[in-house]
Amino acid sequence: MEVVVSLAIGVLAGAGIWLVLRPRTFQVLVGLTLLSYAVNLFIFAVGSLAIDREPIVRAGIAATLENYTDPVPQALVLTAIVIGFATTALFLVLLLALRGLSGSDHVDGSEEGP
Amino acid sequence: MTAADWIAVPVLLPLGTAGLMLLLGENRRATNAAIGVASTAVGLLVALHLALSVHRQDGALAFAVYLPGNWPVPFGIVLVVDRLSALMCVLASCAAMASLLFALARWHRAGVYFHVLLQLQLMGLSGAFLTADLFNLFVFFEVLLAASYALLLHGGGIERVRAGLHYVAINLMASLLFLIGVALLYGVAGTLNMADLAHKLALVPDRDRGLLHAGAAILGVAFLAKAALWPLAFWLPPAYAAASAPAAALFAILSKVGVYAVLRLWTLCFPAGAGATPPFGSALLVWGGLATLAFGAIGMLASQRLGRLAGYSLIASSGTLIAAVGLQEPALAAGALFYLGSSTLAAAALFLLVELLERARQVEVAPPLLDRGDRQLSFLVDGEPRQDVNLDDDEEALIGRAVPGALAFLGLAFLACTLVVAGLPPLSGFVGKLAMLEALLDIGAGRGAARWVLFGALIASGLAAAIALVRVGINHLWAPQDRPAPRLRVIEGLPIALLLGGCVLLAWRGEPVLQYVRAAADTLHEPQRYIGAVLAARTVPAPDGRRP
Repeated sequence: MEVVVSLAIGVLAGAGIWLVLRPRTFQVLVGLTLLSYAVNLFIFAVGSLAIDREPIVRAGIAATLENYTDPVPQALVLTAIVIGFATTALFLVLLLALRGLSGSDHVDGSEEGP
Repeated sequence: MTAADWIAVPVLLPLGTAGLMLLLGENRRATNAAIGVASTAVGLLVALHLALSVHRQDGALAFAVYLPGNWPVPFGIVLVVDRLSALMCVLASCAAMASLLFALARWHRAGVYFHVLLQLQLMGLSGAFLTADLFNLFVFFEVLLAASYALLLHGGGIERVRAGLHYVAINLMASLLFLIGVALLYGVAGTLNMADLAHKLALVPDRDRGLLHAGAAILGVAFLAKAALWPLAFWLPPAYAAASAPAAALFAILSKVGVYAVLRLWTLCFPAGAGATPPFGSALLVWGGLATLAFGAIGMLASQRLGRLAGYSLIASSGTLIAAVGLQEPALAAGALFYLGSSTLAAAALFLLVELLERARQVEVAPPLLDRGDRQLSFLVDGEPRQDVNLDDDEEALIGRAVPGALAFLGLAFLACTLVVAGLPPLSGFVGKLAMLEALLDIGAGRGAARWVLFGALIASGLAAAIALVRVGINHLWAPQDRPAPRLRVIEGLPIALLLGGCVLLAWRGEPVLQYVRAAADTLHEPQRYIGAVLAARTVPAPDGRRP
């Protein structure tokens, strides 16, 4: 499972970086979204991968990472998703505003740069 | 009430104020403005109170710790104030106050929710300075960044939207790096509390050291992008030059947040003096800071527009601070903190002056083509030449004519800004630079080259700043004789006068302030005191005696 998850993170991050470096605003937006997926998965993975384990302590079972999965990365991911979603939405608004004001979808507003 | 009871105020007060303003609605702008000024003034007083009450104590008592959720220390949220945090909060409140007063003249009418955004920005800044765990640092970074995105766009126009798009993209990337760094550190050390992290770093086994250093380095890149370290600094001049004047003045403290985060984390986690080897990353900080300083100085010389010049002056001051932080000497850090205070105030004043000077110029020069955001502000171009202007035909004597008051004020304020930014006597920039130069002379021989390069760079960058600013001053204030006097309202002059008054005060009362920053730097370079103070914090028992 570790291999699958790390491959997924790697592919998402690689595709994201390639897209962020492209000159079209929409490509940058998709790239940032892919990168944030990769980062969210990565945070999830540092809490050590576990199947069928809960993050909430139950009576009678010792509170160690052998019996439970680490709850902190899950809380972090939740916060990061919300923040990333909001800022990406703001970026989308800016993208549309720049498209409307300049008539071009180049990140600099025109093909030759400012 | 002790200092600990006041810690949450700089975070909660702007948040509550912003909420109240949203409830009142955008139509009651005068009410919102009054509330904003009152709240920011109270915030400034609370920050000053925090600074003084922390400074009065000594040793382990020089910290005040507050547990907002009343959870025991390594698990819950912790707010900590020490001398450095309090100093940064005071500076943030000063910049916010100046920006707010300046905006009252007209900028707060150029778009919606200016007052709300300014309060949220202030909340993010205070939170980032006061928090003691990494993830809340991320959250407060995002709060202040989100507010700064909207403030950068305040006023609209293609120039701002284009600069804003780049600014948002760069900062989103930096935030993602921040998250990766935090996740790696959590994976290695199993904690997010900064004090606990520093405490546990010694226990990290050797096979995890590489991962730990990778995490710290990625986190550092995120901070340094925010602090505009070369080569991560190219976003700053266009973004800050495009921002409206009050927003840019507030942004003067924004790049200092990155410097603060590096200073806090590196002194805690990678303190000097642990062995013969220099602490992790210190060489990169020093040489990167020096490159940034050179980049900023050259950029100032090359700038044609005053707004970009102000941006490059911020880069130069960031470079100075990062190089000084990287050397990890308490005396040098003390000088750097003094310099941080004076350069923040001067940079904010300079950004406000930019607009007033450009406004005087735009009467004769056509407004720049791309600056369409200002089109609705007709007062920018309404300056008709006055009757008594010396036209060439009726050679009216220019000698003996009184300099208009507004022009005299602009000239004097610009002169004061130049003195502080270039570090010339008698204002506070000189005191800060002198303290740093003196500390560089006293450092032991351990750090040969970097120390002398920084010594020379400090002086050379001052010269570059003086040349660049004097040239701009001649162009804007001396050369034009047939230019009508700029119109200046008291509310626009007041914040500039207050900021520069702060610089004068820093120079006049230099000794107590220097004592303060020396104590702050000494505390920073003894991380055990911070760690001890935070880990010793205890939860408050419930009224009926049970533990919560």
